[in-house]
Amino acid sequence: MPILDNTQMMRQIIIDHYQNPRNKRTPTDLDNYHKIHMNSTSCADDFWFYLKANQQNIITDVAFDGVGCTISTASSSIMSELLIGITLQQARYIIEQYHHMIAGEDFNDEVLDDAVVFINTARQPARIKCATISYDGIKQLIEEIERKEKNHD
Amino acid sequence: MINVAKIREDFPMLNQNKQMQNHPLVYLDSAATSLKPQTVINAEIDYYQNYSVNAHRGDYDLAHQVDTMINETREAVADFINGTPEEIVFTSGTTASINLVAFGYGMKFLTSEDEILLTQAEHASNVLPWFKVAEITGAKINYIPLDESGKLTAENLRKAISKKTKIVAVAHVTNVLGYVVDIKEIASICHEFGALIVVDGAQSVPHMPIDVRDTDIDFLSFSGHKMLGPTGIGVLYGKYSLLQITDPFMTGGGQTAKFDMCGDVNFLAPPIKFEAGTPHMAGIAGLKAAIDYLNAIGMDNIYAYEKELRIYAMEKLAKLDNLTIYNPDADGGIISFNVNGVFAQDVASYFNSRGICVRSGQHCAQILIEYLNTVSTVRASLYFYNTKEDVDAFVEACQEAGNFLDAYFG
Repeated sequence: MPILDNTQMMRQIIIDHYQNPRNKRTPTDLDNYHKIHMNSTSCADDFWFYLKANQQNIITDVAFDGVGCTISTASSSIMSELLIGITLQQARYIIEQYHHMIAGEDFNDEVLDDAVVFINTARQPARIKCATISYDGIKQLIEEIERKEKNHD
Repeated sequence: MINVAKIREDFPMLNQNKQMQNHPLVYLDSAATSLKPQTVINAEIDYYQNYSVNAHRGDYDLAHQVDTMINETREAVADFINGTPEEIVFTSGTTASINLVAFGYGMKFLTSEDEILLTQAEHASNVLPWFKVAEITGAKINYIPLDESGKLTAENLRKAISKKTKIVAVAHVTNVLGYVVDIKEIASICHEFGALIVVDGAQSVPHMPIDVRDTDIDFLSFSGHKMLGPTGIGVLYGKYSLLQITDPFMTGGGQTAKFDMCGDVNFLAPPIKFEAGTPHMAGIAGLKAAIDYLNAIGMDNIYAYEKELRIYAMEKLAKLDNLTIYNPDADGGIISFNVNGVFAQDVASYFNSRGICVRSGQHCAQILIEYLNTVSTVRASLYFYNTKEDVDAFVEACQEAGNFLDAYFG
């Protein structure tokens, strides 16, 4: 059964990623990472996001650390698993699809995998920021990498 | 005593069966801002519809009427706290009032030899202006230790205060824990040491009688919007002798007797010298209506009713085993808590899904979070228009908050 038809499973996925967040750590070799601090004036969410990409623009690691609610923590955790091992361009596409989903627009659910569990976020509009904080942070880091590349060309 | 059903008829937000997330609205966030009775809304509309002109020295009747309205409001505010009209400065709110004292008095008179005393329970707006004063004058910031339950006590003030202390800036009622400080006793200790007592009254003035003469407060700041009034209007009370030596925080039109291009400026006397620019006339009209409304009910009655409602809430909450309450013995309407194992924001979202307005976060009192050892709390705050039914809805939501994901999947 697809995840989207199984709210019990969606709840379990959120709670699992909240209680056992993946890639929630501060990397030891921080110099190799692009990093960004994200916090919110509307809530207590306060995170650092870390992104490492190789010469071929493949994301070799995504990590995050900090404090936040269930929605921000679980969405960051799921995002980190989605993005590791793909290209920056693919990551951009996933982030775009995720934003479409949160906004209630048509989206490609296949590329979002478990991230579809946040499809109902807009029922609590105050939590949209929490569900997107990690995607917004990583998007800014990707743009930063792309800007640097452009300057080198 | 209070007739809540009748009171609720006066509030558009409460008398139209308003819903949030398909549930009847339960408003428990009055510490952030209060709802407004129709009379306050009407007073603002009345200004725009029937006066609409600028105050100060208009040579025509309408302008004179606006001046009169402003004076009447000043008198009403003065009576409300037992000051005199010359001691009532209109500001945009508590934050602006505290900044006025910090920049107009603190910056002018403090030196690197002096000390400012705060507590760890203060709202950011009663901390950051003093940090700025300290940064510029070299004065030291120190903290009065709170007791184990988070209260400011006279005993602890005595331990912290010294002849170096020039300013003691504290909340009469703190916005996270809601304890009422014995401000008269605190003021008397401050004066014994030659310090000024600067009181943040944002959470006290709307909820209890306050008498600046009896308590001997030097400066008192409060906001209109937390006491049924409009947003954007607030008050600084200052003893007249202190206002005379305080510099205006803002300069401009309307506050000067005369000035010339050689730089000679003659400011008007307080309170006008602090009110540069066009006043918030609609807000001032609304504030008057708010004070009239509160007076008609009686601040003693409001305080007693809120206390009763709080006791009712605490008795019911005590029966739940999934809560941590940070201020079980506070007097006023503020209840700060966490649902064990659930992040504060998730609790607040869940309450939203049940139509209940509460606030999660650090409540602009980040220092206190270090003291409570939690990154955030949920705060429910009661006012005299809340009912026992509101409390029941709240307690039931607390009980079931473990199912917080119902907010998304329910």
